[in-house]
Amino acid sequence: MNKAGTTDRIRFATVWLGGCSGCHMSFLDLDERLVELAEAAELVFSPFVDTKEFPEGVDVTLVEGAVTNRANLAMAERVRERSRIVVSLGDCAVTGNVTSLRNLFPVEAVLAPFRAEDGRSGKAFLDYTSIPELLPRALPLHQVIPVDGYVPGCPPDADRIWEAVRALLRGEPVALAESMRTFG
Amino acid sequence: MPVITLTINDELVSGRRGESLLEVIREHGITLPTLCHMEGLSERGGCRLCIVEVEGSPRPVTACTTTAREGMVIRTHTTRLIRYRRMIVELLLAERNHYCAVCVSVGHCELQNVAASLGVDHVRYEYLSPRVTMDLSHERFGMDHNRCILCTRCVRVCDEVEGVRTWDIAHRGVRSRIIADLNYPWGESETCTSCGKCVQVCPTGALFTKGATVGEMVKDPGMLRRVLEGRDRKEWEG
Amino acid sequence: MIPADLRVMAEQERERQEGFRCRILVCAGTPCLSAGADAVLETLRQGVAEGGLDAEIEPVASGCMGPCSRGPLVKVRSRGKEVIYERVTPESARQILFSVVKGRKPPTVSPLPPDFPFLARQERVVLANSGAINPERIEEYVAAGGYGALSHALHEMTPDDVCREVSLSGLRGRGGAGYPTGVKWSLARKAPGERKYVVANGDEGDPGAYMDRSIMESDPHRVLEGMALAGYAIGAEQGFVYVRGEYHLAGRRLEGAIRDAERKGLLGSRVLGSNFNFRIDIRTGAGAFVCGEETSLMASIMGKRGQPWNRPPYPAQKGLWGNPTLINNVETFAAVPAVVGRGAEWFAAIGTPKSRGTKVYALCGQVEIAGLIEVPMGTTLREVVFEIGGGIPSGKRFKAAQSGGPSGGCIPAAFLDTPLDYESMERLGTIMGSGGLIIMDETSCMPDVASFFLDFCRDESCGKCAPCRVGTVEMHRLLRRITSGTATMDDLAKLEELCELVGTTSLCGLGMTAPNPVLSTLRYFRDEYADHIRQRRCAAGVCAMAESPAPGAGGEALLHAMGVPGEVE
Repeated sequence: MNKAGTTDRIRFATVWLGGCSGCHMSFLDLDERLVELAEAAELVFSPFVDTKEFPEGVDVTLVEGAVTNRANLAMAERVRERSRIVVSLGDCAVTGNVTSLRNLFPVEAVLAPFRAEDGRSGKAFLDYTSIPELLPRALPLHQVIPVDGYVPGCPPDADRIWEAVRALLRGEPVALAESMRTFG
Repeated sequence: MPVITLTINDELVSGRRGESLLEVIREHGITLPTLCHMEGLSERGGCRLCIVEVEGSPRPVTACTTTAREGMVIRTHTTRLIRYRRMIVELLLAERNHYCAVCVSVGHCELQNVAASLGVDHVRYEYLSPRVTMDLSHERFGMDHNRCILCTRCVRVCDEVEGVRTWDIAHRGVRSRIIADLNYPWGESETCTSCGKCVQVCPTGALFTKGATVGEMVKDPGMLRRVLEGRDRKEWEG
Repeated sequence: MIPADLRVMAEQERERQEGFRCRILVCAGTPCLSAGADAVLETLRQGVAEGGLDAEIEPVASGCMGPCSRGPLVKVRSRGKEVIYERVTPESARQILFSVVKGRKPPTVSPLPPDFPFLARQERVVLANSGAINPERIEEYVAAGGYGALSHALHEMTPDDVCREVSLSGLRGRGGAGYPTGVKWSLARKAPGERKYVVANGDEGDPGAYMDRSIMESDPHRVLEGMALAGYAIGAEQGFVYVRGEYHLAGRRLEGAIRDAERKGLLGSRVLGSNFNFRIDIRTGAGAFVCGEETSLMASIMGKRGQPWNRPPYPAQKGLWGNPTLINNVETFAAVPAVVGRGAEWFAAIGTPKSRGTKVYALCGQVEIAGLIEVPMGTTLREVVFEIGGGIPSGKRFKAAQSGGPSGGCIPAAFLDTPLDYESMERLGTIMGSGGLIIMDETSCMPDVASFFLDFCRDESCGKCAPCRVGTVEMHRLLRRITSGTATMDDLAKLEELCELVGTTSLCGLGMTAPNPVLSTLRYFRDEYADHIRQRRCAAGVCAMAESPAPGAGGEALLHAMGVPGEVE
């Protein structure tokens, strides 16, 4: 295993698309295992770090969240382009999950309450022009870009994440045990 | 009892005449996934998960509906069978709105478990996201069509064990829906005895006891056996 | 009634018909009726009444004459000669009547030439009486030799003899699968059981196919006689005709035919003075394609939800109410009186060594003359389309023929010389099916055709088994992606894998055959699929391609993510 600070650590990233960030919270639950991870991997992009641009030449990227708008889609494509291995982290990335509950309704119906005027201010509740355009349906990541591994769960608990991360650090594919690959 | 001999996965095994292939296969410790099958109810052969290869048969057959016969040569886990089973579970997950994370049965769901055991960790097909409803008109129970996989265990247990047949199926194909009486709200059904057997045999969170929240709906699949055995012993007579 | 009475009845009817100078038959089948045959017949009847010609000229409502797209059709039959007029209006009907009375040619309408290939090239066995008799008069069927085979069988053959005769004839199931009819009958005969049933499958549901409807409308007694022969052969006393719900006229004519046959002692107790009892009842479908599948059909007859059950047990072992049941297609039963009446050898001499006899096809689509034809098995597709059907209209080119409806596949132009028989068609990846032949020209887009049939199967899936219920919906979605230009080659791979799953693991024939239109169009027209996916182009100009929301680089993923326009339900 590599020592912290050496340059041959793998370039590791996590990405937050259409999700609640619960998977990232669960990731933090790795606790002391984070230290072990830090020795083997350099976190080059993540909601936890201050990098603004998803960098080139990433080895492993964990993606939380469904692809629900155009910005997510562009990000997913960039992640795929610049990462060797992309893994869906959590049910929203894997199945669409709660983010895709809105798929039961057309986009217009979903947005209608926000477009309505606030009785007091006379303005719309939400300035829809300033946020990325929603796709007709929120999609699981693998229905948008090729995905190399799946860590289901809402959120996947830290043990599951660790199991997956350890395999990835060893350069192996994600192969979770039966009890660790349930949805929900 | 007359004994028959057959070959399962290259091993000679014995079974009793009249048994189904599924019974023989499971008696020999081989795991075969099922969703519509339930001991004590008639076989349906609808979920197609227990398909096996029988030598001489042009296509796989469902073990639950096939009677074991002397000399049969069976394979239960060929590459293509495993692939087919996974695909079928993917289709079932894509059909309705199985948001496991917010389901009353999460952690105790047969569909969830079958998916995990078969290694279905994602669904390649488009989620159909149908707009289906919940029926909460019954005093004690609820029916959430979002979770229903149309296994019809509820229909069969109501018909064959409770002897009522409150449940049936309306419409066809992917639009099929479990209905009470002639499509009445469950709570207004004149036939339902509120026995709750349908809730206990339902493999998913489609039928549940009111008041259960996420993960709290634990089914009692042994209930059916106790009812049937109790009846055989005439436990509740006289 | 005893056999002698049958002969008297035939004789009297023949004398009655010969008493007329002329009989004018107007097709009263569904296609001609919808084209106005009713008014034509009424005009003729009025003309005859007004002219006081009742004793000389008889206007007759007959069954189907064949070239349905040219209806209403009128056949003038006098002194053994026949001429046929097409597209007859009340006005031209008056002319025809006038010409008959005056004994000269009508001034502005001319009959079809005597060697009109659509009619001349056919060999009519099952359709022998179609368009030749009034289907609502049992006497006319009897005068044409009807119930003769039954009479012969009941008095001169044992049930085993009848089974043997059917076996020797080489007759195979006309419903689609081509199972040897004789074998089926023998199995049902040998199956142990006090009570047995005979069922005629008239739940014809393939888009474009109407052979059975026409047979039931045009010659209902032939079906009843075939069923009675089957009942005698296997030892059944009860038969059911399962008629598709939409076939009102067929149901009405069968109903009348059963009533007449019972009154005359040709059905019911002690048929034709023998010890054989046989009753036939009609069961009407309620609009489910799956009820054409035999186990679903039986469930429906028993008053249950029209859904299949797993076979075995097969109907011959355990069918209606658990009893041995013989199910054949309407056309199969309609062939039986000829097989028994004229002998197995005669029948077997028609057709090819493995597919004997004749086959009725409903020729439709992009063909000059659409209609019903009967030709010997083994007739080539080229003969059917170009000689009988008159070729492709408007100078277009033949592209493919779809046989077997949603369960079948297509035959491309390169195989026009293929003989139409069970084996040859199977080799091409399609099936004989029940006889629907949809002719397509260059304006047809094959992925669109496949999508049409998948849409049909998706809608008609009963929902009992998961692969068919959900698989057909997903397949249709993928096809819609392809035809709207939002698919990837990965989607095509998914589609092909789903074809394999649905075809292999579905519970009944509907699901097992649902992928065939996709597989078959992929086999011969894969380039068209690739063209739709890679170039987003439909050469036939049928498919409307979704507009790219962001042209240029990166637009593809967005296009795919946007899905099929109007998809959100």
